[in-house]
Amino acid sequence: MQPSGYGNLSDGRLDATFAALADPTRRAILARLASGEASVRELTEPFAMSQAAVSKHLKVLERAGLISRAQDAQRRPRRLEAAPLAEANEWLERYRQFWEDSYGRLDALLAEMKQTAAKRPRAGRRATTKRKGR
Amino acid sequence: MPSTQNKSLQITTPSDAEIRITRSFDAPRMMVWDAYTRPELVKRWLGQMPGWSWAVCEMDVRKGGRYRWAWRGPDGAELALGGEYLEVIPGERLVSTERYDQQWYEGDAVGTVEFTEVGGRTTLVTTLRYASKDVRDAVLQSPATSGMESGYTALDELLASTPAA
Repeated sequence: MQPSGYGNLSDGRLDATFAALADPTRRAILARLASGEASVRELTEPFAMSQAAVSKHLKVLERAGLISRAQDAQRRPRRLEAAPLAEANEWLERYRQFWEDSYGRLDALLAEMKQTAAKRPRAGRRATTKRKGR
Repeated sequence: MPSTQNKSLQITTPSDAEIRITRSFDAPRMMVWDAYTRPELVKRWLGQMPGWSWAVCEMDVRKGGRYRWAWRGPDGAELALGGEYLEVIPGERLVSTERYDQQWYEGDAVGTVEFTEVGGRTTLVTTLRYASKDVRDAVLQSPATSGMESGYTALDELLASTPAA
């Protein structure tokens, strides 16, 4: 149970965003770009992989709209695009918030049920037993 | 950015295609079971997003029985889901399928809710199993590969360090 159906999510894009984010290398690349734009070579440095491999990850990120290329024709530095990431995060936040809120109300309901049960301890037991036998 | 970490609510990914939500409640398990399976009680806590209200809350809690939940939101928006109960053990275990009317991912999810009571407190462990890892990852970014406590943390940190664009 989660609030996946509500709101006007641009579903395809959100899908692409999450798929792109599922990979740790791509998340690391995004984290690096969060501190400023960088060229493919600069992005390759921290990783034990080839520039070609990093380029593949960059393509996935680009397709998901998470990064773009700056105008500089020589270096073609990549930069972070904040909007899709914010959308994905908003969705996750809503998922967590949904359960947080629901369970908070369940706490209150249970406290009320406990109070009622304390006054009439047998009534609660009977109701439970009856349902069990159904 | 609000914090996505919480002391009491835990969200983990126990396997490739699953999401698990764990939370404890200060009540015996039969009471939590009642609150979880009686429609008139479920309506009082589940969902209720701001601006949304219950439209349908039907639950036939027995093996092979079906449930349907629907909410109505602003501008005629609707959120609706339903499924079938696969396993019903009162006070212990509730397994059901789950499909949204407006579903954006493939296949039914299967939700398992386990109730365990220790010293008058009940822990609810809700495990949602999706059709595949891809579907699960689409629903929730996978933290499993990064060794991070939560995928949320990764995103939050990332966004916190993102300069205003």
